[in-house]
Amino acid sequence: MTEFGIILGMFAVTFGVRYPVLALVSRIDLPEWLRRSLKFVPPAVLAAITLPAVLIRDGNRLDLSPSNDYLLAGIVAAIVAHRTNNLLWTILAGMGGLFFLRAVLP
Amino acid sequence: MPAQNPARAEFTRGFKDTLPLVIGAVPFGILFGALAVSAGISPAGTMGLSLFVFAGASQFLAAGLFAEGAGTLVIILTTFIVNLRHALYATTLGAHLQALPQRWLIPLGFWLTDESFAVAAQRFSEPDPGDDKHWYLLGSEIFMYTNWQLCTLIGIILGRAIPDPAGWGLDFAMSVTFIGLVVPLLRTRPVVVCAAAAGVTAVLANGLPHRLGLLSGALVGIALGMLVERQQENRRDD
Repeated sequence: MTEFGIILGMFAVTFGVRYPVLALVSRIDLPEWLRRSLKFVPPAVLAAITLPAVLIRDGNRLDLSPSNDYLLAGIVAAIVAHRTNNLLWTILAGMGGLFFLRAVLP
Repeated sequence: MPAQNPARAEFTRGFKDTLPLVIGAVPFGILFGALAVSAGISPAGTMGLSLFVFAGASQFLAAGLFAEGAGTLVIILTTFIVNLRHALYATTLGAHLQALPQRWLIPLGFWLTDESFAVAAQRFSEPDPGDDKHWYLLGSEIFMYTNWQLCTLIGIILGRAIPDPAGWGLDFAMSVTFIGLVVPLLRTRPVVVCAAAAGVTAVLANGLPHRLGLLSGALVGIALGMLVERQQENRRDD
């Protein structure tokens, strides 16, 4: 039953963000502060998910050493993203880089 | 073949342009299915999350929180903050969709994701008039949705056969996708400050329970981004 509540709640907040904004944006004027803050939500959330995922390995250890393959492959992905602005090339470079490092590094 | 139905042409084009992103979502979806089952969520519940929530990053975080024994409210609050970014996508796309009836807006809203936003925002910004661009978004969204269901199912099946799915490095697929989404945004100083502050705060606060590090990182990033933007404007006004 917990699962049912989680699915229902997650559906409600996710659809509740996506649909009403899509349907109403042309009919109501969002307040200025909200409009301004929205612009910063994607970079903030994406960075707050990604940086720990890449830098914190093996449980709870911050790993900035070259033996952190996620860090190295992540840097490769960021360089490709900056150069190409292309999501597919970024994903291929990052995943390819990771598998290459795993094949080469001991 | 100039006589092709324009709606169908847009739909097909949306489908095609989304193919690369669908390929990127494959490992991510499989990993979600496998991790959710190993976190203790039932196969039906795992499928239910993909069918009814359809938001990869939040599903992923929910599975992790569930494994840690976090409460339902914590999971729902985290989902809300993480998916708040869709409000920006909806304001951007909604401006182009205002003439559509609800029977269009409800599914287009339900299926909205980072990936479909990325391709559709590009298409909507092209100058040709095109009254059927919503078909482009629909094609993109249906492709992403169908693929996500299939990959979740594969993950659920594989999850029972593979004991440690994260050990394969599949979790890195989400990180590279997000790197590819965030780096092109880093064009102005306020956004750079916002992303850097959010990421560093989330790393430093990582020890907090219930992914509060993520939430505090996001809030610090948004606040600092707005502050820097305001300072820039004040300086310009002086």
